[in-house]
Amino acid sequence: MGINTNRTKLDTGNNACAEAVKLAAPDIIAAYPITPQTSVSEKLASYVDEGVLHARYIPVESEHSAISAVAAASAAGARTFTATSSQGILYMNEILHYTAGGRLPVVLVNVNRAINAPWCLYVDHQDSASQRDTGWLQLYAGDNQEIHDYVLLAYRTAEEAMIPTMVCYDGFLLSHSMLPYEPIEEEIARKYLPDRDPDWCLHPAYGRKTFAQVTPAFEYSEFRKRLAQESALALDVIKDRGAELDALTGHNVCSHVKPYRNEDADYLIVSMGSMGVEAEMSADILRNQGIKAGSLRVRTFRPFPAETFVELIPEGTSVIVLDRNYAYGTGGGIILQELKEALYGRKVSVRIAGTSIGVGGMELPAQHMADTVKDVILSAWNDKI
Amino acid sequence: MAGIKEWSDYELSLPGNAACGGCPSTMALRTVGKALGENAVMIMTPSCAVASIGLLPKSAYDIPTLNICFAGAGVSASAVVNAFEIAHEKGRFEGEVPTVFNWTGDGGTYDIGLQSLSAAAERNDNILHFCYNNEAYSNTGIQRSGATMQFAQTTTTPGGKPNPKKNLAQIMLEHRVPYVATASIADLQDLYRKVEKAKAIQGFKYIEIHAPCFTAWKFAAADTVEIARLAVKSGAWLLWEANEDVITFQGATKQIAEGKKEPEALEEYLSAQGRFNKLLKSPDREENLAQLKADLARELALIKHRAAFKG
Amino acid sequence: MNKFDTNKSRNDSYFPLAVPVKGAGGLTGSWRTHRPVLDHDKCVGCDICWLYCPDGVIARGTQKIDYDYCKGCGVCEKECPTNAIRMETEE
Repeated sequence: MGINTNRTKLDTGNNACAEAVKLAAPDIIAAYPITPQTSVSEKLASYVDEGVLHARYIPVESEHSAISAVAAASAAGARTFTATSSQGILYMNEILHYTAGGRLPVVLVNVNRAINAPWCLYVDHQDSASQRDTGWLQLYAGDNQEIHDYVLLAYRTAEEAMIPTMVCYDGFLLSHSMLPYEPIEEEIARKYLPDRDPDWCLHPAYGRKTFAQVTPAFEYSEFRKRLAQESALALDVIKDRGAELDALTGHNVCSHVKPYRNEDADYLIVSMGSMGVEAEMSADILRNQGIKAGSLRVRTFRPFPAETFVELIPEGTSVIVLDRNYAYGTGGGIILQELKEALYGRKVSVRIAGTSIGVGGMELPAQHMADTVKDVILSAWNDKI
Repeated sequence: MAGIKEWSDYELSLPGNAACGGCPSTMALRTVGKALGENAVMIMTPSCAVASIGLLPKSAYDIPTLNICFAGAGVSASAVVNAFEIAHEKGRFEGEVPTVFNWTGDGGTYDIGLQSLSAAAERNDNILHFCYNNEAYSNTGIQRSGATMQFAQTTTTPGGKPNPKKNLAQIMLEHRVPYVATASIADLQDLYRKVEKAKAIQGFKYIEIHAPCFTAWKFAAADTVEIARLAVKSGAWLLWEANEDVITFQGATKQIAEGKKEPEALEEYLSAQGRFNKLLKSPDREENLAQLKADLARELALIKHRAAFKG
Repeated sequence: MNKFDTNKSRNDSYFPLAVPVKGAGGLTGSWRTHRPVLDHDKCVGCDICWLYCPDGVIARGTQKIDYDYCKGCGVCEKECPTNAIRMETEE
């Protein structure tokens, strides 16, 4: 990552996000304040007010209206943006399904935060991970550079695949932490992401068509089948457009999974978000203790990059999944379930176990994660470590 | 205003739609389309008017139409008009920005749709919101709504609705928007004039159309317009408009408001429909009718006071 | 399909889109019990029937009725100021 150049900035994740949204030049922005997302939309409102971003900022009265606004504006041909967190994305749920079903290329940033009850302001992934079956694509950033880059990648992907795309990152840990990142140059951004050119929109210039009325079973099932198929195939779009962005910037966003010391590892830690960066340090700690550990950080969560995991997890490896969420009723977390499904029938001698940690913003220092990994290894397999 | 001979040939709602015969929604939509012209976009939330479209890939509405979810009419129209305005600013389209309007029922306006509608009004977004008010959730089989009259039977108030309806038009007026009007299918020429006026105004416009639904209210389809007329004569529906806060009355409401005529025929209005059967046969009939009359008188007094009020 | 085809043109059928047509809900079926019949001698050509027809099946000027799509609601008969329209029972 080219973060030691003279263009490097020190800034919060939310500011790195807002800068990237400005580069994407959306037409319509609508958001409702919620901690820890709020400063993203405040920043964008001020860009619009100052005239440095030629867009309309609609100060809506709820998250349901925020997502309804961007869905409707997207149907009207606009490039759109919204941001939320926690209860906000849950309140959006109905329209998340609508947006994907309507093939509206909305981009949403979800700054991850725990959900009520009880109230909690700090990070976990329950809010967006529980939206996995809405049809949206979901990218999880691990640092502020990825936040910045992923916003542009999300627009390219959404508008090419015609599937709405969500960029997720950890509340406070990234949203409010000053970290170095290299902003993408405006010229590069314009080249990478030209204006949206819709195949259809609501404007009468595109004819008089009715969108999303009552649809018979056969046609409905065909729309949904195509969304399901193309959501899975969108892995290629994310990868290819990521590679294109990387070639222009010298950054690195094109891999679905970020591997670390995985090649000779006996134990692979799988996690997502900023804890995945910490997981690399815990792999180092474990190696210092004689345990050959590595890390695989999930970046693309929807579609789930099953093939990538099949490639990265050799036979004979043991996988420890650390989920910052719960898949209630299963005894584990959501990524644990996803990964088991991905490897089922594909590997004969890979063992998988996991646990949920870091929920509600519980701190995850590398040492604690290393200890948790050892606990899982002992309780699941009783290995001599 | 042009006489009906000069109105446009444009038909927004095409023949062979899936509405009931005698539907006041398609009736009013035809007039609305003629008044707005062809450079317009319609947004709908679940309602009979959506069920009337027919099934994909055919549509009964000859206009770009967005079907959005129930709570979102207000904000969706705001977003669409903002998207058009900025696209025109950026030179992607030429000519006049299309008129963006909502066509929603009383559920999508009074109840589930109220929050986002209120916010759009408060922002004074450049949209025209229509509520075709048939005083019940007719589409789902006639349940009560915030617009259902007191004592009316619905499937969720089988004994008659215990509470009066909301006065939504006046609630919208107090959002300090440039134009609010009530209309009725009893007078489509008055509706046309109001739509034409609203179209020319920048900002948020609200027009509520009284739309008697024969299936919900239980009368013969042929009497649809006559029932609407009785509603106005009896004071059960008031015709007024507020243009930049100047309130005027129309039709029979004007005569009643000016004291030239007493409201008449309330019992005729109620007994022409089946939904008040329990009220009319109740031992408390006289007491309840007196209460209903007092309530209608209160609504009239309120809008008259508001008309006289100069803030 | 094993690769996302991003070059294909996305026509209307890619999106949940419909086009306006007469008869989107089908022809009026045999369920219509009454049909409006115009008495030309009584008609003064005021077009009130055209104005109030919920389905737009009466032509302005000629008052020609499109029976393919007339649902037989009877609003025209009630609203006609000269009683020029009579609802007749369907056979």
